[in-house]
Amino acid sequence: MRREPPQTVGDYAPLLFPAAMLTIFFVVPFGTMIAVSFFQRQQGGFYTPAFVFDNYGRFLSAFFGSVLGFSLMMAVAVAICCVVLALPFTYMLTRMARSVQVVWLVALLSVLSLSEVIIGFAWSTLFSRTAGITNILVALGLMGEAKALTPSFAAVLTGMVYQAFPYTVLVLFPALVRLDPTLTEAARTLGASPLKAFFTVVVPALRNTIVATLIMVFIFALGSYLLPQLLGRPQHWTLSVLITDQAIYQSNMPFAAAMAVFLVLVTLGLVALTVIAGRKGEAA
Amino acid sequence: MSGLALQNVVKEFGSFRAVNNVELTVPHGTFVCMLGPSGCGKTTLLRMIAGLDLPTGGAIRLDGEDITRVPTHKRNLGMVFQSLALFPHLTVGENIAYPLRIRKAPKEDQKRRVEELLSMIHLAGYADRPVSKLSGGQRQRVAIARALAISPKLFLLDEPLSALDAKLREAMQVELRQLQQQLGITTIVVTHDQREAMTMADTVVVMNGGEIRQAASPIEIYRRPADSFVADFIGQTNLIEAEADTQGQVSVLGQPVPGLALPAGAAKATLSIRPEDVHLTAPVAGAISGTVTFVRDLGGTIETFVDVAGRQIVAVSTPRQRPDVTVGQQVGVALTPDVCVVLRK
Repeated sequence: MRREPPQTVGDYAPLLFPAAMLTIFFVVPFGTMIAVSFFQRQQGGFYTPAFVFDNYGRFLSAFFGSVLGFSLMMAVAVAICCVVLALPFTYMLTRMARSVQVVWLVALLSVLSLSEVIIGFAWSTLFSRTAGITNILVALGLMGEAKALTPSFAAVLTGMVYQAFPYTVLVLFPALVRLDPTLTEAARTLGASPLKAFFTVVVPALRNTIVATLIMVFIFALGSYLLPQLLGRPQHWTLSVLITDQAIYQSNMPFAAAMAVFLVLVTLGLVALTVIAGRKGEAA
Repeated sequence: MSGLALQNVVKEFGSFRAVNNVELTVPHGTFVCMLGPSGCGKTTLLRMIAGLDLPTGGAIRLDGEDITRVPTHKRNLGMVFQSLALFPHLTVGENIAYPLRIRKAPKEDQKRRVEELLSMIHLAGYADRPVSKLSGGQRQRVAIARALAISPKLFLLDEPLSALDAKLREAMQVELRQLQQQLGITTIVVTHDQREAMTMADTVVVMNGGEIRQAASPIEIYRRPADSFVADFIGQTNLIEAEADTQGQVSVLGQPVPGLALPAGAAKATLSIRPEDVHLTAPVAGAISGTVTFVRDLGGTIETFVDVAGRQIVAVSTPRQRPDVTVGQQVGVALTPDVCVVLRK
């Protein structure tokens, strides 16, 4: 169906409400944040309007550079783990009976209703020495004695993958449902084992969806600031944790705003790179 | 034995028997069309031959080897799906090369074979096009070429032409038959289009309710249908009851037809008489007669509907032999024993 392009100013009327909401709740706060990032901090107080680059200059240091690098690496790791786990899972889910699908999707949606705090404390209990999963391994005779698995990088990664996994499945699900099941059958009749058919047909046919999902989970994971604190050591803290720390505990709004703006810019740059790389791959 | 053999093949979905004790032998190099109404089990049977479904019972043999439990990807067959199932992320050439790539054939062999197949399907030079840029007929040909890339032992097609418009479909039927004869490959096509089956097949297998009703050459199926289902399903026919008296004298619609015999001991049977075998005459005493109820003049053929004692009989003739009848006229219906096919049931 082709629609007529809007002719008069009145035709744009339906856009007014969403545009206003977007301006009030996104553009204005974001603009404020950008402005604050250039303000002068008042020691022991708040901040005064100014136009200085001190705040940006301050984190051009090895420390903040490595935190930024770690944050990006962590987000990439979460995105890859989620897609690698969710793609085969969702593929099998779409081939199950409708009733089984509903049970799984409801279970996944209920994970979404959990807050980050609850997820963090649940996993820190599961990874603890006194009440954790290692006790089960000891009971089964697989381990000598119970030990704490947290705080550690693996614990942070597990918690974040757990949190992002339902989103990943929900984003992949529609694309996999729409995928023509005869494609894999055709691949099998042409000599591909089911596993080979999955990697030579399902994955390449869904390339764009997979890239989009990776970006979504990456951005989602970048914003996580509670789980690294609950499950990790200070060296596992992401930039989001430092931003929270500066904004809330150090009362250094200008510096926190500058870090946030920088994080947004780096993220946008990475996403743009991915999209461009994807376009190139498509043309080739 | 060389060729495909289905032995007592059964497929059940829960309590539903989709395929019931199917026995069929397909000699090497034959073209078989499985024909039947939707839900008759023909596609299920094809999927079992391909290994996409496992039979509940029975055996499938290819060249004497039992392949019932051999996984699909080890059967070395070519299959064309109703949806064609071309890989959207690959070009025409990559689609055709897919079975060769999976088998790790050398790159130059792949290239050579793709070019060979593209010229065979009259699409030389299309290798680098995306499949989405092709027309329906071209996609059809690419799907066929991809299935034939490894020179399979068995070529299976599931309603391959149903997505094409009528003209293109008829042209593709002829092309597919010629291609099969040129390659001498054992081919099984599932279709619900009897014209398609009559055009292409060496053997037509008529199925209904999960069973094979008749498997024979197209002309045999048409001329000598085994039962009333086959007679009615293939082309048009008149199904008429015949009765035999104690002396074996057979009468049809109350009039004796000398020379016609029913199976020994049977007092009643159903006859199938093709409309083109029914000749209309002037009313004659002692012959079957009826009233013309409708004349359908289709230009190429003329169908005359005659009511004989409450039963409708259709006669078809060509314009040159146009019967000079009008609605309401009394006519005689001439039946000779050689045009009456006595059906099993």
